[in-house]
Amino acid sequence: MQKRIYGIETEYGIIFTPEGRKTLPVEKAIRFLFEKLITTEHFLNVFLENGARFYQDTGCHPEYATPECASPGQLIIFDKAGERILEDLQLYAEEKIREERIGGRLSIFKNNTDFVGNSYGCHENYLVDRDVDFYYLAEQLIPFLVTRQIYTGAGKVFQTQDGIHYCVSQRAQHIYQKISGTTTNDRSIINTRDEPHADREKYRRLHVIVGDSNMSEYTNFIKVGTCSVVLQMIEDNYINKDFTLRNPVKAIKDITYDATCKRRLRLDNGREYSPIEIQREYCEMAQKYIEQYPVTDDHKKAVYMWQHVLDCLDTDPDKLDRQIDWVIKRRLIQSWVDKHKTTWTDPRVLMLDLQYHDIRRERSLYYLLERKGQVERLFNDEEIDAAKSNPPQDTRARMRGEFIKLARENSIQYDLDWSNIRLGNLLNVRVICNNPFETDTEKVAELVRTIQKTNLRKTSLSKLVIQS
Amino acid sequence: MKTNHQSERGNESRARIDLGADPMPLYMASSAEQQKQKQKGGGGDEGSGKGDGTQKLAEKGEELKEEMDNLLDEIDAVLEENAEEFVKNYVQRGGQ
Repeated sequence: MQKRIYGIETEYGIIFTPEGRKTLPVEKAIRFLFEKLITTEHFLNVFLENGARFYQDTGCHPEYATPECASPGQLIIFDKAGERILEDLQLYAEEKIREERIGGRLSIFKNNTDFVGNSYGCHENYLVDRDVDFYYLAEQLIPFLVTRQIYTGAGKVFQTQDGIHYCVSQRAQHIYQKISGTTTNDRSIINTRDEPHADREKYRRLHVIVGDSNMSEYTNFIKVGTCSVVLQMIEDNYINKDFTLRNPVKAIKDITYDATCKRRLRLDNGREYSPIEIQREYCEMAQKYIEQYPVTDDHKKAVYMWQHVLDCLDTDPDKLDRQIDWVIKRRLIQSWVDKHKTTWTDPRVLMLDLQYHDIRRERSLYYLLERKGQVERLFNDEEIDAAKSNPPQDTRARMRGEFIKLARENSIQYDLDWSNIRLGNLLNVRVICNNPFETDTEKVAELVRTIQKTNLRKTSLSKLVIQS
Repeated sequence: MKTNHQSERGNESRARIDLGADPMPLYMASSAEQQKQKQKGGGGDEGSGKGDGTQKLAEKGEELKEEMDNLLDEIDAVLEENAEEFVKNYVQRGGQ
């Protein structure tokens, strides 16, 4: 599939630190985050003007799902825009909390674990053709997904009885299955939940739940860009090598503990390869593939970056201390440890790890590095700010975003999900948009005009369904 | 999106860091070693007949060290004061 829809769902960690006697349980703290969002939709579950969805998810995590995006680059901009939106909501929430005379501070982290073994996810979604054999696709993709953490990992200081380890990935320790249908217990590499939010006869969803949440734009882009290229190669039957791992779930854990990225893994055919070697094989195929097949500029760019990071990982991973999250964070902590003439067992080291992921830019260590020009950027603040309120122009999100703006301006009641718009005072007019590539905003504008004419806000019409 | 490829710039910046910190990247070296490197670099320029190049490298190294020192000071300024307690209290419910 050359034209594809991409999406990322990010669950954020949240905590309220009280100052004084009054405290605020997380269930309540999270409600304050939604205060600023005025809508006729359900509380704690809303669509935003940029087409994204913001809601409270399992385990009381605020979750932001990007709108449907048409390229990896666009997706990363909208994922970043989600951080900024959440930061705005956080500032507003803090004000409201102060008004309630509760002293303290709200903190929100874009990471995937606490330090006692709980995990919350970052899920990538790729729209794929219904014709493709899902299990074939999954099996082909798994060795790639297991080993890619060497350049997609966000890094984690991990305390065990033997001491402190620095792991490559946040998420790897929390994966127990290759493929499964659940996301909270037996977490897997690929989840089988098949919600394409589109014509089910044409499309299905590939739901990758093994990834880390990334702060670095570079890391985030290469994560989605390379996966997208590999996916396209699988769809085109281009992959002619078999890297099936004997034990992928064990491999994913072995890799995260090995910051050299060179420890060998056993394949099903008895051969042994290091994660770098497996990634190199995929990367070399991709280099040939992009010469022979039509691909997008983002794909070419991702393959170029891919080769670069593998070269660096092979010679000296520290060369990636401006690009790849786990290396950036390790460098930061090491410098700090040296300055204070302390060791990695210093309890403040765990705080450094956590605070790297703070989304509040004035406190976040990642954003401190960004302000100092110490990390590589792919996008600029203007692009990211624009994505806070403007949907992608080349997907269905454009219609949704446009509709939300019009409905708010005209005080029209509405309710949304990914492929439906319901409106009118009984929500009895329904627009179905099953094609995620559809961008015709004139349809929604016309609908809003009709509603105004018939004054549906006050009177109820009989049920009306419009197929878009 | 920027058109020039960032990994090329990544290489340059890397080279920059290594210049000042051979054989160990500056941020990996202990402060005592950094001091030594600094002295070595500074001493080499004066009257040793070495060209401008060496001096420039030393200056670069100096600049980078200062940059890193400033950065670390800023980290200390924003780092959560009750770090140990904060981390202990940071318990999340499992998500998806």
